[in-house]
Order: sequence, then structure tokens, then C-alpha cells
Amino acid sequence: MSPPRPELNYLNNGRSLWSWLTTTDHKRIALLYLFSITFFFALGGLFAAGIRLELFTPEADLFTSDTYNRLFTMHGIIMVWFFLIPSIPTVFGNFLIPMMIGARDLAFPRLNLASWYVFMLGGLFTVIVMFIGGVDTGWTFYTPYSSTYSNSYVILAAAGVFVVGFSSIFTGLNFIVSVHTLRAPGMHWFRLPLFVWSNYATSIIMVLATPVLAIVLVLIALERAFGMPIFNPYKGGDPLLFQHLFWFYSHPAVYIMILPGMGVVSELVACFAHRRIYGYVFVAWASLGIALLGFFVWGHHMFVSGQSMYAGFVFSFLSFMVAVPSAIKVFNWTATLHRGSITFHAPMLYALGFIGLFTVGGMTGLMLAAIAIDVHVHDTYFIIAHFHYIMVGGMVMAYMGALHFWWPKMSGRLYPEWPAILAALIIFIGFNLTFFPQFILGYNGMPRRYHVYPEEFQLLNVMSTAGASILGVGYVLPLFYLIWSFFKGKPAGPNPWDARGLEWEFADSPPIPNNFPATPLVTFAAYAYDRPDIRLLTGEQGQRFAIDAGPCAGETL
Amino acid sequence: MTSSLFQYLPRLLAQSRGPALIPIEASNIAPRTDLLFAAMLLICGGVTLAIAILIIFFSVRYRAGSAARRDRSPSTGYRLEIIWTLAPLGLFLLIFMWAAGIFFQLHRRPAAAPLEINVMAKQWMWKFQHPGGQREIDELHLPVGRVVRLTMTSQDVIHSFFVPAFRVKQDVLPDRFTTMTFAPTRPGMYYLFCAEYCGTDHSRMRGVVYVQQPREYELWLAARGAELDVALAGAAAFRRLGCSACHFADSGLQAPSLVGLWGRAVKLHDGAVVQADAQYLRDSILLPNKHRVAGYDPIMPSFQGVVTDDELFALVEYIKSLAAPAPAQGLQP
Repeated sequence: MSPPRPELNYLNNGRSLWSWLTTTDHKRIALLYLFSITFFFALGGLFAAGIRLELFTPEADLFTSDTYNRLFTMHGIIMVWFFLIPSIPTVFGNFLIPMMIGARDLAFPRLNLASWYVFMLGGLFTVIVMFIGGVDTGWTFYTPYSSTYSNSYVILAAAGVFVVGFSSIFTGLNFIVSVHTLRAPGMHWFRLPLFVWSNYATSIIMVLATPVLAIVLVLIALERAFGMPIFNPYKGGDPLLFQHLFWFYSHPAVYIMILPGMGVVSELVACFAHRRIYGYVFVAWASLGIALLGFFVWGHHMFVSGQSMYAGFVFSFLSFMVAVPSAIKVFNWTATLHRGSITFHAPMLYALGFIGLFTVGGMTGLMLAAIAIDVHVHDTYFIIAHFHYIMVGGMVMAYMGALHFWWPKMSGRLYPEWPAILAALIIFIGFNLTFFPQFILGYNGMPRRYHVYPEEFQLLNVMSTAGASILGVGYVLPLFYLIWSFFKGKPAGPNPWDARGLEWEFADSPPIPNNFPATPLVTFAAYAYDRPDIRLLTGEQGQRFAIDAGPCAGETL
Repeated sequence: MTSSLFQYLPRLLAQSRGPALIPIEASNIAPRTDLLFAAMLLICGGVTLAIAILIIFFSVRYRAGSAARRDRSPSTGYRLEIIWTLAPLGLFLLIFMWAAGIFFQLHRRPAAAPLEINVMAKQWMWKFQHPGGQREIDELHLPVGRVVRLTMTSQDVIHSFFVPAFRVKQDVLPDRFTTMTFAPTRPGMYYLFCAEYCGTDHSRMRGVVYVQQPREYELWLAARGAELDVALAGAAAFRRLGCSACHFADSGLQAPSLVGLWGRAVKLHDGAVVQADAQYLRDSILLPNKHRVAGYDPIMPSFQGVVTDDELFALVEYIKSLAAPAPAQGLQP
């Protein structure tokens, strides 16, 4: 094998700050994003800590109502637009998609760097809003509260979200073009890893849905700044119009957040079960199915909003339909474990945690699609618990799994296994203790966005706060051991997991600036764990190519 | 923080009345919602558990190095894929229809004349008015066993009327009437929450719903003293605003009669048919050209800014009272 750590790699290819800020290397941009979203995750987490501390008691003891309202608004805005939406696509999508398709970089490297600057500009707006007094509309910006009544920095906050939307569009565009045009010779669509499929589906949503968000935010700003009658009913506007436009983006945005996580889980389950993913084609098409159907279910956020009863029926029906492709994925992951050879490293624990918690989130999502139940639990803690099971239990679990799985590739070093397993277990326990009680709170009727609440809800809130502090410990631990391992960890070598995929088999850890010594020639589908006839050949200059020693059986796709 | 902990921990431990898995059911909607919820809990919980058990079983049996057989492990089974696509699909369809049926109940026109309560929400209080004109703030008295219809509007932002014990919720919008129908079935005191975030004191925009025996309710109404009946107030507004000049058969002017209008299907000039409900009446008063009745010229002026919110409620009640033969009152089946 080649030396574990190449002399010249993407990390030491230019050491000045300037070389990082002007880089067009997708791997370096991925690291810029990693730092940025870690910062925003910590910031959003601090706001969450404020919320949980306040809700420890039924009375208002730490914050005033106005401060509390700003806390949950900032928590939502930062976590949704500055962590969840960019998280896996901009860090792991950026780092991995070019390598997984066998390319040297994304199709538009400069646009990629521009997307990071745009992201930081949006982030700057949001941080400024935070320091000058915050915004109190909730992350959903419902009108006419946001456009007429709120006494906070709505326009500036909306501007931050507006700007960061363009970063999403740039990233999505870049991924779509790259996957279409830069696949290595032999890399057919149905040889692509499922991570690429899910990010491709995500990119389509980013490009198609984000402009609608931009439009609706501009409309709010116009009404707020110039009194243009768009949502204000007393001037002939319609406040419900806002909700339609907002959820037309924000429901698909839920899939922007979860689809990349599903892609990660497909990779992790295949690697650690050491087995080809079960029903590859079905999982791939399920991603596109989710992306498509996701555009037609926005009205399920509006069952009690005053929209027509018949619209409610249609949206309820479609919401059940969109659950089918998600169910297909869960079944296929489970089936992949069957007759596998399973090892339980930290990334696999995160992946299994994802499957379990995402299933709970999905099942409670079905309950919410059942229109009569939604009437009762809409805008209660049941909803809060449901979407945190999807977003934190699902997406953040997948993100942590991805971070550990590809850490050896990104840093060239192994993270310490036992602290990582400990952190994964702490996160799993803390998460469930935080959010499971909220299902019961919600069915008992505790509304969301309540600063003070009736006393009988306290016990469950105390459990939730206790869980949140455990969860916090779980998230801080990796910060320490990952940073430590970046400098002191054992060299990883190109493929510490014995995984399949171009990024493991054809690239060093950390990869060289152009990813591969030569363009790989792909002769097999992803997850070739069952193909011992594929061998790696080390060339004279250290180049590696795949040679296919046998006939292409099982490659009928 | 620590002082709070020591202050509250003993009280917490002493707390006997905590939240229940299924909270008190106090309306005709509640048992239906709960039955569906329990069924889904069983189905979804069962499937989740089955998946969890499978994952754990596979994890143990097929752990690396175990002696389990691993030959003949296909990577796609079309029959299996079709089964686990179609099985959830069928199940989902059944649940959809069940849930939609209950929702339909919430919006269906009650068989008998309901008790009409007008609700006005504003930052951060609930104002109610009974048919006899009695008003209350943040408290709502209702008789047990009688179908209640709330006609609601907001004076500022969007609020949401939510009584967990009834399992009902409906957003309350500015410049629009939303309605909700249910029947309280169990005397008691129940929380009323505002469920749609509405600003600073959103979490204090709460009230209490008192469900009383019908006789107690009548006594309570009487104790509030005689006030102007809402429909009568509407009749007065009807005259004051000059509506009667056009809207009666003998007025000589071309305007549709309002007698028996309430609840009827109205044919519009563009062929569409709308139902004459509270929102329709409201629109017709404020935005007369929105729904032009077939066969009539668009000559009605808008009363936007002329008619007050209270008068709007009253006018709607008055037009309701013009409905030809009043049906008997009672609990819907």
C-alpha cells in the first residue's frame, strides 16, 4: 500500500489563512463550512439551553416573555437555516460528491467558494440581529404578526435568511451539474453511491423551492417597510397567503434536511454490515419520490389555519403518500443487516440510532397526517417532539455518524473509538429523555412557544430539561476528542473501515489536492462488498486502478 | 438555577396530579380522536417495535465473526419490495379515511340549531358573547350536552382557540370568520389556550371553559342580568346601517331577500355555488363584489369601516334568526 499520509495533501497545500479564504478546493471549502456550521450549531444550542432552563419551572424566572420569544426564534432560525439545511450537503456533500463520482472538483469551484461567502454574509446578518435585540416572530415569520405587529428586527432577520437561501441555491446547482457532467468513465447513474442520489434529490429541492422562500421574505419586507398591502387583511391582503408560500418552501425544506441524512445512513449501514445495500434501486428512486411528493404536502401545516376542509383532505392524503418512500428506505436498511457481517463502530451506532429515532419521528408524522389527531396536537409539544425526532434524532445523528465515518478521510487520522462510542450512547439517551416526554406533554395539550405554563406540565418539562443537559454533554465530547485526534490521532491510512467507494479505495487520507492520481475507471457498482474479484492495482507512480478479474455478473442494472 | 431546583423539587415530588397518557375527554369529538390515536399508537408502536427487534436480532446474529450462515443473501428481492410498498400504502389509506371522517364531523353543519357563541380574540385576551348578549372575558360558560358553534374572529394577529379536553383547535384570523362545532359532554373546568404564537404574552393568553349542567348555565346567564339579545342588536344595526332599505321584499329595490338565507346554497353570477355561512355574510357586507348573487346588479356599497366588529357578529346572528321555521334544539346524534 502507499504511505498512509501523502506528503502533499489538501490540508498542507497552502498554510496561510489567505490560502484557505481563497481556495477553490471542494475539500477545503467543506472544512470552511464545517467550522462555520459548528459555530452556528453551538450558538443555536445555547439558545436551546436558555429555552430548556426557562421551562424548568412553570413561572417566568430567568427571562421576560419578550426575551423568551427571541430565544426560541433565534434557536429556530439558526438551527434550520444555518445548521440543518447546510449541514450534510455543504460539509460532506462538498467533500465527498466529487470523490464519489470520481471527479477532481465540483463543476463550479468558484461558485462553491462564493456560496460559502454568501452563507457567511447571511450568518453575519443573523448575528447582528442577535446583538442589536433579536427577532420575536418565531422562525416561521407568520403574518400579520411579522409584517405589522412585531417590534423586533424582522427585516434584518429576513434578510439574513434571504441571503443564506442563495448559498443553498448555489450549492444545489453545483451538485446537480457535477453529478450530470463530471462522473468518471464507467460511473453510470445506477453505480452511484446512494449518498450521491440523496444529495442529488436534495439539490433539486434546493434549486426549485428556495426561490419561493426568497420571494415570500421580500414580500414581508415590502409590507413592513413600505406598508404595501400583501398580507394585512385590513388593507385587502391575506395572511393565509403567507402560510401557503412559506410552507411551499418550508415543507420541501424538511426533505432538504433529512434526505442527505438518509444518504449517509445508506453508506454507513452498507459499510458496517459489509454488504451491498438491499434494494439499491428502490432506495435511490425513493429519494427522488420524496423530493417530488414533498412539494405537494405543504397544506398539512395548515389543517386548522382556516383553509378549506377539502384542501385538508387532499393534503392529508398526500402526506400519507409521502411516508411510503421513507418506509421503503427503513425496510431496506433493516434488510441490509440480514446476513451481513456487522461491526459496531461509533458511526454504525449513529446510523442505527438514526433508523430507530427516524422511525419514531416518521410514525408520529403519520399520526399528524391523520387530520383529526393533528387538530388536537397541532402547535403543541407533540409537534415539537415529532420534528426534533426527525431533525435531531434523524439528521443530527446522521451528521455525527458522517463526521466520525469520514473523519479519517478528512483528517487522515483515526478518532479514539471508546470516547466516540460513549458520546454516541450519551447522545442517544439524552435525546430520548429530552424529547420523548414532549410527546406526552403535547397530547396533554401544552402549546408550543409558551414561556409560562400550567403547573401540571412541570414534571415532564423537568425530565426534558434534564435530558437536554445530558444531550449537551454528548455534543461537547466529540469537540474535544476530534480536535485532539486531528493532531495526535493514529494515522488512518486510505481505508480504515475496509469500505467500498472511490473515496476510500482510490484516494489517500487526507486526499491529495486533486483527489486522485489519475481519473479512475469504474467497472462496478457501489457497495461491491460481495465482489472479491475486484482488486486494486498499484501502478508504478503509485497510481491505483480497478481491474475487474471476472465477468460482470450481478451488474444487470 | 440551583435555588429554583431546591425550591421546586419537593413540590414536584409531591405532585400527584400529573399528565396522563390520555387526558380527560370532555367533548363529543374527544373519544373519537382518542380512539384513532390509540389505534395508531398500537399500529405504529407495533411496527416500530418490530423494526427495533429485527435490527437488534440481526445485529446480534450477524455480528462480525458469528457463526450464522451468510450464503444466499440476495441484494434485491422484488417480491419483498412490492409487499413492503403496498402494505403501508393500504394501511395508510384506511387510516386516512378514518381520520378524515372525524374531521368532517368537526366541520359538518349540525343537525339541530346549535348554541351560537361569538368569539373575539385580541392580544392577549378572549372575549365571548352568548346569544342573549351576555359577555365574558377569558372565561366561557357552556351547557353540557348542547351542540355549540363558535364563530370567531381576531382584532389583530392570528390566534388559535384550543381546548385540549375537547380535542378541538381552530385558528382565529383577523378580518375573517372561522367556525367550529362541538358538544361538551362532561361538566368541569377546562383550560383554554391560545395555540398560535401571537406575541409577548402568547403564553398568558389563556382562559377557562366552564361546562355546566343546562340548569346551572341558565342560572348563570340569568345572574349576568338581561342584556340585549345579539340577534336583536343585529336587527337594530340592520336598520341603522340602512340595510333594510334594499334587503326586504317590499323595498322595491333589486336586492336578494335575506329570509331563509342562512345555511342555503347561493348561486353566484359566474355559476359558482357557495354556502351562506358566517364568512359568506361577512364578505357580502364588507366586500359585496366578492360573491355577486346571480340575477342581481353589483350595486351594494361596501360597509368596510362603517360597521364595527360587534355589529358584524350581531348582523350575522340577525340574519341567522331570519331563517324560516326554526328546527328543534338538541344534541346532534
